[in-house]
Amino acid sequence: MAFAAIGSNSTQTEQVPRRRSKVAIILLLPGLAYLALFFLTPLVSLVMTSLQTPVEFGDVGQYQAAFQIENYAIVVGAYWPHFLRAFGYALAATFFALVISYPLAYFIGVKARRWPLLQALMLTLVIAPFFISFLLRTLAWKQLMSDDSGLVSALKTLTILPADGHLTGTAFSVIFGLTYNFLPFMTLPIYTTLERLDTRYLEAGADLYASPFTTFWRVTVPLSMPGVVSGTLLTFIPASGDYINASASFLGSAQTQMVGNVIESQFISLLNYPQASALSVLLMGLILLIVALYVKRSGTEDLL
Amino acid sequence: MAQSDFAEAGADLELVGITKRFPGFTAIDELDLLIPAGSFFALLGPSGCGKTTTLRLVAGLEEPTSGRILIGGKDVTGTKSFKRPVNTVFQSYALFPHMSVLENVAFGLRRRGISDAAGKAHEALRLVELDHLAARKPQQLSGGQQQRVALARAVVNRPALLLLDEPLGALDLKLRRQMQLELKSIQSEVGLTFLHVTHDQEEAMTMADTVAVMNKGRIEQMGAPEELYELPKTAFVANFLGQSNLFTGDVTSSEKASIIVDVGGVKIEVPTSRAQRHTGEVTIGVRPEKLMLYTSAPTATPGVNVLGPGRVTDVSFSGVSTQYLVAVPGLGVITVFAQNMEFGPVAHIGEEIWMSWKVEHGFGLADEPGIVPRFSADTDTATIATQRRHQLLAEIEEG
Ligand SMILES: Nc1ncnc2c1ncn2[C@@H]1O[C@H](COP(=O)(O)OP(=O)(O)OP(=O)(O)O)[C@@H](O)[C@H]1O
Ligand SMILES: [Mg+2]
Repeated sequence: MAFAAIGSNSTQTEQVPRRRSKVAIILLLPGLAYLALFFLTPLVSLVMTSLQTPVEFGDVGQYQAAFQIENYAIVVGAYWPHFLRAFGYALAATFFALVISYPLAYFIGVKARRWPLLQALMLTLVIAPFFISFLLRTLAWKQLMSDDSGLVSALKTLTILPADGHLTGTAFSVIFGLTYNFLPFMTLPIYTTLERLDTRYLEAGADLYASPFTTFWRVTVPLSMPGVVSGTLLTFIPASGDYINASASFLGSAQTQMVGNVIESQFISLLNYPQASALSVLLMGLILLIVALYVKRSGTEDLL
Repeated sequence: MAQSDFAEAGADLELVGITKRFPGFTAIDELDLLIPAGSFFALLGPSGCGKTTTLRLVAGLEEPTSGRILIGGKDVTGTKSFKRPVNTVFQSYALFPHMSVLENVAFGLRRRGISDAAGKAHEALRLVELDHLAARKPQQLSGGQQQRVALARAVVNRPALLLLDEPLGALDLKLRRQMQLELKSIQSEVGLTFLHVTHDQEEAMTMADTVAVMNKGRIEQMGAPEELYELPKTAFVANFLGQSNLFTGDVTSSEKASIIVDVGGVKIEVPTSRAQRHTGEVTIGVRPEKLMLYTSAPTATPGVNVLGPGRVTDVSFSGVSTQYLVAVPGLGVITVFAQNMEFGPVAHIGEEIWMSWKVEHGFGLADEPGIVPRFSADTDTATIATQRRHQLLAEIEEG
């Protein structure tokens, strides 16, 4: 399965002796060149931009090289709520995606083993949304949750939603959109680890007096941790930088702006490149920090 | 079932009319079996005959198509696996890869809330001489070490019924002997019931109180090891447990004490009590070590069957004994095991030789004559004997 590339098979801790041969270096060369050109160069440029100052008496959007470290203090002071919101929404979306994906992946990967056709069909359904543009699907959800939609009026009649309530433009709709859009990134890695789960371990658990629940908790979950860790990373990282779902033209409003939205408006509308860059560098650094802490805690360093 | 403590004694196991059908394949066929509490029961049989399936049914990992399973007199047919007072040493070990050896062994104890799980797990690991590797992960152990961990993980629970699926298969001879002794002492100390599947007949015969030979999902014969060895009732058992010389012929006379069978012109006497069939075409046999070798024709004595002359076609020396293959016209090739009481073999290839055995050592089998062989042709001496005889008769008729 192609998804195996996403899920790591770290349950086998094979120690393959690493030999540094010329062949390996030659094979690595294109990759290294790619990284240098398309990652390192923009990164350096980004960091440099984040330290620029406006050109004196210049036009809007004109900046010059400087070492204006205050840019960082300014953006943190101005936009820390957006950072909090970004990580909070991303965390919530990751949590909901996990709660939805795990049973789904378990069903496809373990329970449906006897019916390979069903397995293939369900996997296709998981990936199917990718065939339609991300923006279109999000817009479709905006329609479905709009104030004059059947859903909202139904919720209002059931008094789940107050008479003057909305679905769009709320934290709920943003988290919903994030969860929905990144769900396959959670499902597929978990599926790949569960698909390889040896059910004989589950039988051994049952033989050793563990109830199905205990066996699930003590055997299945630990054995599927590599998939869970890669799934949560693949969901959390893009979700915390996302600026589509939270934008007012999609599922969000001015009250739900995440860092991504701020970066977008600073860059595109306000042409404040140094602040946009400083925000980007900060976002990247914070994500790296969170991921490093998370991976360390979950004890799956060999994943990275 | 109370699970909070170790079993005080073994429980008996009863299978009543158990059938297990997989789609398009009957793995277990109407199996009835009673294993008394506290006994060491060995299940022997060729690969694919349904031994593992039987254990899985008892452990509750597989549901029988029909029939009932009783453990300690209690019907557990519908009881979930984790509630049965049974532990299994799996043929594939199935050690949890994400836990250390110690955690693996303590797993069952922890689930039952037994105090000092770690201490008891260490004790079990000492028993299999692996305590020094307690902190390792299963993948960091050799195959034989993993097998011993699997053994410790099941034994530590002291279940009323322990199922062992070839638990010593990956061990070298010395370690296997040692583990056999350990197992036997654990079993007899607490009086637990062991159901032990093995490919090693010697292991089955030395350790078990009762041995059952299984074939194609049925039990062919069961009994005490000596009984099973000395008086096999079918060609399958005669050849699966040790080796046998089998002959097929018609019964010419049937007395109260013995029957006489005409095998290619040679009259062979078999005690009536040791023969399963007394008329028509029958298959009879004798174990190779019961045969005596003579370099000249022995005088006919009552109570002794004599064969010969035959020509020695192969001699293989194996230390304590020597195996001779003797071709006897009209009878085929006969195997003889002789103790090496002299230096070297007493007969050589090409020599003419006679053989004899006491009538009481012969046995008669229950197999229907001329039925399809139930054992692969290369090992089934009965079929070979029948085929040879038919060939020979055809030749005689032609000539
Ligand atoms: N899940 C299954 N589906 C179909 N057939 C099966 C299944 N499990 C076992 N069998 C068949 O049932 C028969 C008995 O299998 P079993 O594992 O009990 O053999 P065994 O006696 O333990 O053999 P071995 O000595 O090789 O371990 C085999 O022919 C096997 O192919
Ligand atoms: Mg087996």
